[in-house]
Amino acid sequence: MNTQFLLIQVFNGLVNGAFYALLSLGLAVIFGMLRIVNFMHGALYMLGAFVAFALGQILGLGFWPSLVLAPLLVALLGMALERTLLSRLYGLEPSYNLLLTFGLTLLTQDLVKQVMLSQYAVSSAPYTTPTVLTGVVNLGFVVFPKYRLFVIALALVVCLVTWFVIEKTRVGAIVRASTENPVVTRSLGIDVGKWVTGVFGVGVGLAGLAGVLAAPIYSVEPYMGAELIITTFAVVVIGGMGSILGSIVTGFAVGVLAAVGAAVYPPMANTLVFVLMAVVLLVRPTGLFGLPEGAR
Amino acid sequence: MTAALLDVRDLNAYYGQSHVLHGLNLRVMPGEVVSLLGRNGAGKTTTLKSIMGVLRSRTGSVTFDGADVLRLPSHRIAARGMAWVPEERGILSSLSVRENVELPPARPGGWSAERVYETFPVLRERGQHPGSKLSGGEQQMLAIVRVLRSGPKLLLLDEPSEGLAPVIVQRIGDMVERLSGEGLAVLLVEQNLKFASRLADRHYVFVDGRIVDEVKRDDVQARRDDLVRYLSV
Repeated sequence: MNTQFLLIQVFNGLVNGAFYALLSLGLAVIFGMLRIVNFMHGALYMLGAFVAFALGQILGLGFWPSLVLAPLLVALLGMALERTLLSRLYGLEPSYNLLLTFGLTLLTQDLVKQVMLSQYAVSSAPYTTPTVLTGVVNLGFVVFPKYRLFVIALALVVCLVTWFVIEKTRVGAIVRASTENPVVTRSLGIDVGKWVTGVFGVGVGLAGLAGVLAAPIYSVEPYMGAELIITTFAVVVIGGMGSILGSIVTGFAVGVLAAVGAAVYPPMANTLVFVLMAVVLLVRPTGLFGLPEGAR
Repeated sequence: MTAALLDVRDLNAYYGQSHVLHGLNLRVMPGEVVSLLGRNGAGKTTTLKSIMGVLRSRTGSVTFDGADVLRLPSHRIAARGMAWVPEERGILSSLSVRENVELPPARPGGWSAERVYETFPVLRERGQHPGSKLSGGEQQMLAIVRVLRSGPKLLLLDEPSEGLAPVIVQRIGDMVERLSGEGLAVLLVEQNLKFASRLADRHYVFVDGRIVDEVKRDDVQARRDDLVRYLSV
């Protein structure tokens, strides 16, 4: 095995990691503020890809407008679901929420499947890479598809901006305060409920964005989120629930580790992430970046 | 006669199945300092939480500044000019000291960040530190000045002297006196009779979720033995 091959694996790993990071970041932001595990996250990722596809079919919109519009639409849908359904389950056992979001996942998947079959007579559809990003880039030591480099770069920028907003701005201070102590924050004159809806919108918007980014690489398909979300949950467990920086770092790191590991020992390709998760759970049950529940 | 700033009538409050406040009636006039005295568990903290809308399961009426606020969520009660400093102070550890100071929405008549830092330079010096890294006394100061940013008319202050050294308690007393001198009304929960009697114009005495006595400032000296008996375990 040569260095060239390993480097390509590292890049492939970063691409996967970009999706893990965007998705687990959204889950972390949502978990932090709402204390719920959004099982629907994978379906909303898929919906991002599907909305981009549908915008192209119906309105003739290309990749760039869809890259902005589709995540916004997913975010709006998410906010509507939070207001009408999720908000009714706050204060109840977490299993209610899991059931609701799991049910919504099945509903979304089958709805998209029906629409794709009845409207376009396909069960999966390719999505065209924007022209400026077709072809490859020669980095000197390795040749890599332009679009995939773009995915890595954009995901990194979006993750860092999200982290910056949460950790360094007034909006972030309100979000952190509401996460840590909603009762006191509300008593200080802040409408925590309004922020909860907004934060949920941002979290699922990130999933929608990942979906649009995924469309040109994988094809648009109703179950594209199902497998990815399982790995993403493993990433969340490894990184620690609710940690913003942890979810970003772990997302990229797990992507690279899994890709390189799979190259070194191919039979491990599908299990490596879960072996890693098991080891982390044994050594540090709260995850690499997580705090013990009492210390929050 | 001027109208009461806070008028609580027949207030009952519940934690789950247990009935913890039994038909309270109390009033705070504009600019007045009123204390709620009583042993641990007598219902003083619960009373503040019920008035602020933090505890939701309650009946009766809470009229604040002319409006019934019983059904309002606590952020709207805060917007009307009521502020609550909880017993555990509520300093947010995931926020820096500066972010804690500047968290409440600024309103006309409220303290500017500049005024906060001039009055308590330590809050500026420690601005970048996490709120939880302050000493107990500094946290109490921060908790009080933080709510002043919204320019409240009434301050609900829950055991500000608890767990603090006498010299710090003295400073907090000075601070409350100064705020009251500027026209802020205070509803103070205390077990420290000396601290409460220095500050309050009037005292309500709590026993088992009921108000059993009311003592004016001028009568405290004469009724000292009664008050000590109410507070002793």
